[in-house]
Amino acid sequence: MSELVLTARYAMGNKVAAEALVAKDGFSARYDLNRLRGVFSRPTHKLVGQSYIGKILVLDTAKGGVASAWMLNEMRSRDMVPLAIVFNSVNPILVQGAALSGISMMAGFDEDITSLIPHGAMVEIDPATKTVRVLGGPGSTSKAAEEHRTANSSLQKVRFIDRG
Amino acid sequence: MQLNEEEKAMLAGEMGEVAQIAIQHQIMVGDFFGARDFVPITQAHIMADTESLGQAGVMWLERLCDVKDGQHRVRVPTITDPRGTDFSKADDLGQRSWMLELERRAIDAFVKLGVSMTDTCINYQTVLAATRGEHVAFGDTGVVIYSNSINGARSNFEGGPSAMSAGLTGRTPRYGFHLDAHRQATMRINLDVTPKTLNEWGALGGVIGRLAGNYWEVPVIEGISSAPTSDELKHFGAAMASFGSIALFHIVGLTPEASRLEDVGGQKLPVRHRLNRSDIDALTKSYAVEKTIDVVVFSAPQLSLYELRSLAELCDGRRFKIPLLAVTSPQVKPDADRFGFTERIEAAGGTVMSGMCFYQSYAREIAEAKGWKRLASNSAKLINILGGYGYIPMLASMEECVNAAETGELK
Repeated sequence: MSELVLTARYAMGNKVAAEALVAKDGFSARYDLNRLRGVFSRPTHKLVGQSYIGKILVLDTAKGGVASAWMLNEMRSRDMVPLAIVFNSVNPILVQGAALSGISMMAGFDEDITSLIPHGAMVEIDPATKTVRVLGGPGSTSKAAEEHRTANSSLQKVRFIDRG
Repeated sequence: MQLNEEEKAMLAGEMGEVAQIAIQHQIMVGDFFGARDFVPITQAHIMADTESLGQAGVMWLERLCDVKDGQHRVRVPTITDPRGTDFSKADDLGQRSWMLELERRAIDAFVKLGVSMTDTCINYQTVLAATRGEHVAFGDTGVVIYSNSINGARSNFEGGPSAMSAGLTGRTPRYGFHLDAHRQATMRINLDVTPKTLNEWGALGGVIGRLAGNYWEVPVIEGISSAPTSDELKHFGAAMASFGSIALFHIVGLTPEASRLEDVGGQKLPVRHRLNRSDIDALTKSYAVEKTIDVVVFSAPQLSLYELRSLAELCDGRRFKIPLLAVTSPQVKPDADRFGFTERIEAAGGTVMSGMCFYQSYAREIAEAKGWKRLASNSAKLINILGGYGYIPMLASMEECVNAAETGELK
């Protein structure tokens, strides 16, 4: 698979890489998640039942209310949070929450990212250059994807050990 | 962002550590959106329920309070959205002691920071409506969309940390709906129907919200045949914001920035959608899946005095089989008591609560504690939210909901 690089107009946070959960759907921490279990819970959400912990969410738009700003911070405090969120279009609430909680975020692309990035692909986002790199498709065995998968797996283990 | 001398002093910590923390947060957000500078604000309104804040949010506030330089209070009037409980009714909701303790800690911290605990999401009806052109930092989507659209004020959605920061610095980054360019219409909608009831206004708002679909869309609406009431526009806007994350709409000939279609650039737009009664009915029916109801809830937004009056009239002479909850603000509740509305609703077996909102009050835990799953409401916003909390929510008129409370069935 040839490498795909997408450029955003808006970005904040640290460079991270992880498996992408991709859906042409919205995101609200209050409306869509069971935050205690770390899964999408809204029955009509395209990612319902899937865990978002440690993943990079690639979604269409920020939805719903103001609560997500507090909730991202609360989710971060329990290490039950996505590593980053990438939107076609974002609202201020998710940006404010990301700023408080240190979650990387990007938005504003010329093309629909939810149709370009395969669900389950390994992706790297770099807010400094405002780029999203698709390292490999779902189950990719490319060297870059494997390196990032291993690194992320280690990161997850450390997190869960820290939580005791 | 370009900073003036006062803002540079804040950033350098010369006006206290709390203001420094606040403006640092605001600059991160402003930089993300490419804000040129800050705009002074006159009011801030903060989402303050602990179901949203969590332990982490309360601790963030407490850390601000712990700063001992004597400069930790807000610089402009700053008020709160509903709390996570009505302390006097917490047992009725099955709320646990840890929830109440967290609420008390949050209240203590907000008060120390100089915040007034108004506990309301209808401050535009009860506290102080913002006026046309007034820059504010409001933190409830229903409050923002009403203030922007009906009052002509200027606010983005300000989440708790950002609204708190705005109160502490007296300003907010100038981006989004503080700018003329973002207040122009982006989509044109024609209506062949004018809703009759609050649930229909909410359903229509929900339909438009879904069609618009993201924060930066500004619908301009033509075809509403007569001036709606404040309560009708409250449900309309709250649902539009809830379903679509919309912060501003215009109604031609009615809202202050759209006396004419041309005032908001609407004449340059093709009519993207023409809506009629079938669209309202389709959204309503999409939720009607169960006949038996466990609980009826009127909330989201909090009820006005006139809504409680209507509810009291419907409750007269009834005896409810299942719980009926009506939630209002601390400003409205004393008048509802004085005028006998509370007594009439509770005589039928209902409960009137104040200072909270149902979905902001640990709704998932309430469902588990009380065994409530099938819920009826006339609030499209509430129905939209509660699906994610494990409820089977159903949308109906206030009268149909009261009938359901009496019979246990929604017909």
